[in-house]
Amino acid sequence: MIEYVGVLMFLAAGALLAAAATTVSGLVAPHNPTREKLMPYECGENPVGSPWGVQFNIRFYVFVLVFLIFDVEAVMLVPWAVVLKELGTPALIAGFIFIGMLVLGLADVWRKGDLEWVREEERAALKTAPKNAKAA
Amino acid sequence: MGLKRPDLETKISNLLSPLVVAGAGGALVLIALVPQLAALIREQLQANLSPTAAAVAASAIGVGATVFLVGQLPVFLIWFERKVAAHIQDRLGPMRVGWHGVLQSFADGIKLVFKEDIIVNGADRFLFKLAPFLVLMGAFSAFAVLPWHTGLVVSDLNIGLLYVVAITSLGSIGLLMAGWASNNKYALYGGMRSAAQMVSYEIPTAIVILSVVVQVGSLNLQDVISAQLGGFGNFANWHIFRLYGLNVIGFVLFFICGLAETNRSPFDIPEAESELVAGFHTEYSGIRFGLFFLAEYGAMFFVAGLTVVLYLGGWSGPFFEGPLVFFIKTLALVFVQMWLRWTLPRLRVDQLMALCWKYVIPFAFLVLLVAALASAGAS
Repeated sequence: MIEYVGVLMFLAAGALLAAAATTVSGLVAPHNPTREKLMPYECGENPVGSPWGVQFNIRFYVFVLVFLIFDVEAVMLVPWAVVLKELGTPALIAGFIFIGMLVLGLADVWRKGDLEWVREEERAALKTAPKNAKAA
Repeated sequence: MGLKRPDLETKISNLLSPLVVAGAGGALVLIALVPQLAALIREQLQANLSPTAAAVAASAIGVGATVFLVGQLPVFLIWFERKVAAHIQDRLGPMRVGWHGVLQSFADGIKLVFKEDIIVNGADRFLFKLAPFLVLMGAFSAFAVLPWHTGLVVSDLNIGLLYVVAITSLGSIGLLMAGWASNNKYALYGGMRSAAQMVSYEIPTAIVILSVVVQVGSLNLQDVISAQLGGFGNFANWHIFRLYGLNVIGFVLFFICGLAETNRSPFDIPEAESELVAGFHTEYSGIRFGLFFLAEYGAMFFVAGLTVVLYLGGWSGPFFEGPLVFFIKTLALVFVQMWLRWTLPRLRVDQLMALCWKYVIPFAFLVLLVAALASAGAS
């Protein structure tokens, strides 16, 4: 476990460097806030509404769901990849079945059009009603 | 008439430029000598301390040296990038501060420290301050497992590659946090986009790394390099030349994913200035902005270094081997990253996602399957 001391030290060094830099800067930098300076930047206009009220493309959610599945899969594949050379063909077949199911899932998501940023039917809707359409 | 008396700035510049150039040269010599130095230090430590204390002290020295290098590298890389950009666009780039502008980055760094640090109204102050810390810690601690030579690695973890995949995602949390805490619409959009991009490209990164792991049978980065030693001219066994040329696809995919993971152009939509001002760091100023910059260039160097370890034989080379070989190979890849930035236009967000899910992931699976077949067949 002694190797992990280096990892902890690196984390500490990163935090320490950032802390030192911000402390030094806090000592020497001027501090003269004004109302305009503290306003969130919106191309020089007064900000309209809260940024936490903006709408997001629902597609982000779909991508995160698919990502979650694949990430768990990647974690499952790590030990398989390490011992594959020793275990040989049986492990190979097992791994291929596992990956095959995932690729089927990806193909299904693809076929349903969830990998498109703008779906076909949405694109059609945008064409017919351009005035009500909101860009993501 | 006669010559004008040089002003103070010219004098300082004339004095410092040779120092900086000599310092860079000295650093290269020092990097080449690191194995001898490390052996010397290790000997001394083991003679004077208990084994545990010696190991801890050795890693402390390693951490100090690496952090110093990684902290100084961006200063050089930013100057280098500006020069590369300028010459690609038929300009000269920074020329005023020092010889061919070598002092420009130092001047900019000093400027950033002296700039006012603004936290906008309504920002989440705690998260706003925490975000650069997380990004910097993520970028630095990845260097813990990067091997520079035999036995010359700070933490020789047996799960090295898994650790790399895990620790680099700390940065994406930091970016999302920065975007969320800024109370700014551009920043929030930038943060969300960068999170979506980084998680999407994490999958092909992991799969391509696994395709190398399957061929090596270990997650340790030193084992990955020792699997590439030997062969014709000491470079024929590099992974890029193996697996019937299919590893070239893996190499290209990994390079693409590396660009996307570090938010480098053509994948820099999280900070696309033409649509999002500056993305997640729109509201950051002064030294906090500088920390993001530092982390970005550190991550760039790390991704290039990891590519070298996985595919280009790490510190091994045809005539020489050692830290300097590794360093030069990595810098060459960093140059390619810069070259691409000033050559390719930025992708749109839908093209970016389509590229990842429809092209990169299927091809990554293909490389993994062939690699698995080859290595299971060989046993």
